[in-house]
Amino acid sequence: MELITPGLGLIFWMAVPFLILLLLLRKFAWKPILKSLKDRETSIHDALHAADLAKEEMKQLQFSNEELLRQAKDERDAILRDARKVRDAIIEESKEKAKEEAARIIASARESIQNEKMAAMTDLKNQLAEVSLEIATKVLEHELADARKQEAFIRQQLNKVHFN
Amino acid sequence: MFQRHKFKFPAIVPLLFLIVVCTPVSRVAASVSSHSSTETAADTTFLYDEDLIVEQEFNAGKMIMEHVVDNHEWHIATLGHTHVTIPLPVILLYEGEIHAFWSSEFHNPAHSHNGFVLEHGKIHAEENPGKSVHDFSITKTVLAILFSSVLMLWIFISIANRYRRNPVSAPKGMQSLLEPLIIFVRDDIAKSSIGEKKYEKFMPYLLTIFFFIFLNNLLGIVPLFPGGANVTGNIAVTMVLAVFTLILTTINGNRHYWIDIINTPGVPWWLKIPVPLMPVVEIIGIITKPFVLMVRLFANITAGHIVVLGFVCLVFIFGSISASLGYGVSLVSVAFIVFMDLLEILVAFIQAYVFTLLSALYFGLATIETEKH
Repeated sequence: MELITPGLGLIFWMAVPFLILLLLLRKFAWKPILKSLKDRETSIHDALHAADLAKEEMKQLQFSNEELLRQAKDERDAILRDARKVRDAIIEESKEKAKEEAARIIASARESIQNEKMAAMTDLKNQLAEVSLEIATKVLEHELADARKQEAFIRQQLNKVHFN
Repeated sequence: MFQRHKFKFPAIVPLLFLIVVCTPVSRVAASVSSHSSTETAADTTFLYDEDLIVEQEFNAGKMIMEHVVDNHEWHIATLGHTHVTIPLPVILLYEGEIHAFWSSEFHNPAHSHNGFVLEHGKIHAEENPGKSVHDFSITKTVLAILFSSVLMLWIFISIANRYRRNPVSAPKGMQSLLEPLIIFVRDDIAKSSIGEKKYEKFMPYLLTIFFFIFLNNLLGIVPLFPGGANVTGNIAVTMVLAVFTLILTTINGNRHYWIDIINTPGVPWWLKIPVPLMPVVEIIGIITKPFVLMVRLFANITAGHIVVLGFVCLVFIFGSISASLGYGVSLVSVAFIVFMDLLEILVAFIQAYVFTLLSALYFGLATIETEKH
């Protein structure tokens, strides 16, 4: 029966020390422990959060680096492409110009050849005329050496002339 | 071998229980007659003197009860015929006067001192047995309560200082042993039962009862001096704890809590209106909740101790039949006691957890928000 009948003295000696224990532990143990647990948890949480942020930032940075690199490559490619285009254009232009020049030169050569030819022909004609004249003179001198032949020739010539 | 015993275990428990329950009184009378003392037969108090019983037939029920209930002195061991006991202060309030003396003063044939008699663990006045003597003695249980309180103060204040000094560093030593338990009480008991918003207010109480019950449960398993007192298996102790929970629930009960008690929702009106059946049931419920807390802890711990002591008694019971039988049974008993002690360690934790969890649930019910309706 004693087992299940709570004694007054024991109730008193349980209640009072327990209450004191509760108050002392609350003030000197639980408050600082719980506070520091909470602080530690928040600090860990913050640190993890900061690490996440840093990771994110890092990723962003890496991404932007890649982006930059890609842009640089693109730009290089564009520049190269442009340069190639310009080079091709220059070459093309030069070729065109050279062709034109050549054509011009050929044309002028042809012209000067023509001119020379004409000059030479003229010269030849003049010389031929002179030579012919000389020959004619020599022929006439030879033909008209005696007076009878002169007369006959004059008469012949005069016969050809028709007076109107 | 052990496994075979494990299967036998359920069958042996009721048997043991029978032994424990049936043995107490019948043999005591027999033991008196053979006792060669100068005492008269009328001196009934002497029947319970340990000296005689130990020498005479072994009384398992009495031995178990002596170990389970409170005592005015702390018996450590019996070496031959000498009892090694720690005398404890007896403080009595009788007729408005305080009487204080050491419990060793009762060590005389009449078990009396200064007009007070110690009988069956209770003290009453010699000339007026009917009149009540208020006993505020520092008994075995009280000393154990004080010891465990000092131990708790020392442990937790020292780890609190470490927390204060290095607030964000990793726990070390005792701190890392207790921190998971503190976090367990906070997250799995308080937060889940009371809710994020209000749990902080109840944390000191929940942590204190959890560790107080757990520590005393564990100390109760230890058979040596600072342990061995059946603190949490004492109904006065569990009653005080349950009453604290009741008081805290009641003073923290909000409007919603009291409305639910007076006008229980979800119950047909005819259970409330002509005869206020539900309100009465609810009001009884206010008391039965802590009552159940009280009985559960007390019964679990005491039952565990009784079973362990029962196995110890088996050795002496068989030993009194034949010495070799006693030795044989002791092997089995020790195996069972080890098993029971391991179980008791588990029970120590479970009961501390259950008491704390249910207290937290009651606080949660008392402080629940009305937003649900």
